[in-house]
Amino acid sequence: MTDSVIAPEIMDSQAGSGTVRDYVALLKPRVMSLVVFSGVAGMVVAPGHLHPVLALVAVLCIALASGAAGAINMWYDRDIDAMMDRTAQRPIPQGLVPADEALAFGVILTIASVTLMGLALNWVAAGLLALASGFYIFIYTMWLKRRTPQNIVIGGAAGAFPPMIGWAAVTGDVSVASIVLFALIFFWTPPHFWALAIFRKLDYQHAGVPMLPVVAGERETKKQMLIYTLLLLPIAISPYFLGIGGLTYLAGSIILGVAFVAFAVQVLRSDDHKPAKRMFAFSILYLFLLFAILIGEHLAV
Amino acid sequence: MTEQQSQGPARKHGGDTDLHRRQRGKNLAVLATLVAFIVIIYVVAMVRMSGGTFP
Repeated sequence: MTDSVIAPEIMDSQAGSGTVRDYVALLKPRVMSLVVFSGVAGMVVAPGHLHPVLALVAVLCIALASGAAGAINMWYDRDIDAMMDRTAQRPIPQGLVPADEALAFGVILTIASVTLMGLALNWVAAGLLALASGFYIFIYTMWLKRRTPQNIVIGGAAGAFPPMIGWAAVTGDVSVASIVLFALIFFWTPPHFWALAIFRKLDYQHAGVPMLPVVAGERETKKQMLIYTLLLLPIAISPYFLGIGGLTYLAGSIILGVAFVAFAVQVLRSDDHKPAKRMFAFSILYLFLLFAILIGEHLAV
Repeated sequence: MTEQQSQGPARKHGGDTDLHRRQRGKNLAVLATLVAFIVIIYVVAMVRMSGGTFP
């Protein structure tokens, strides 16, 4: 079981030999890009205007807090990261960054980004940013991830905050529209992550992480994925009825939503992992396109 | 040149080993981050004091 785990003494002997690039890797730049994009969408569709400098600072704060939470997640999960193929190359299991430095890096960046958001924008946005970071670190990473197959369902809330934070940065409040944007990502997260968990099932099994395919089996996971994509359909359409999305968005959300359901049906009817891989890739495109249409519509007006 | 000769001057000046190069890179990154943070705080303060509206 521990044959692929790097011994702590080896980690310590190599610790500190990392470069700036390894510290950047701690920030999970790929995850950060989608977080930033959805945060920008929240800012763009929110009623009101922000000074360009303040808008840039808000984006920077969302990006930094997201990355910092990723660094703290890597610090906490360093034992299971070393066991999984997908995560074994991360800087801490590779011994490139000492675990305590990664923790300090994450904590300092979290405090700096939340404080800057509060001082530059408003304390509602800063509070939501702190809540999202705290939710991801304490609720998802430390509490749910290793205990329940519902880990990413509840923990997914952390990733759903960015559009709400972006909205609050502009308006200073939380509204029905921003809650709908939150719900959109919240219901998108389970099918997105479970698609990954299906084709990475052995990895999670090896690390002892109770992802739904490991605990309840692939068949049950695929059913749940279909249910979530169906629930997502009306939620994704609702920005049109709330006035933050136009006709292009309405058409786009229906087409993309139906395609997402079709991918889930394909996954359910298949016995191999290829449809799950395709669905995982499509899920990222789905969210990216939905927010791109929202942003495009508002910038075009 | 022997290994000892090649390592000697680097150790004396303390700046040419791979570890030192990486450490210097990290130090410069921290410096750049701190300077950027100060500049951001200054610019944000100017914008907020001017009312935070579009120019």
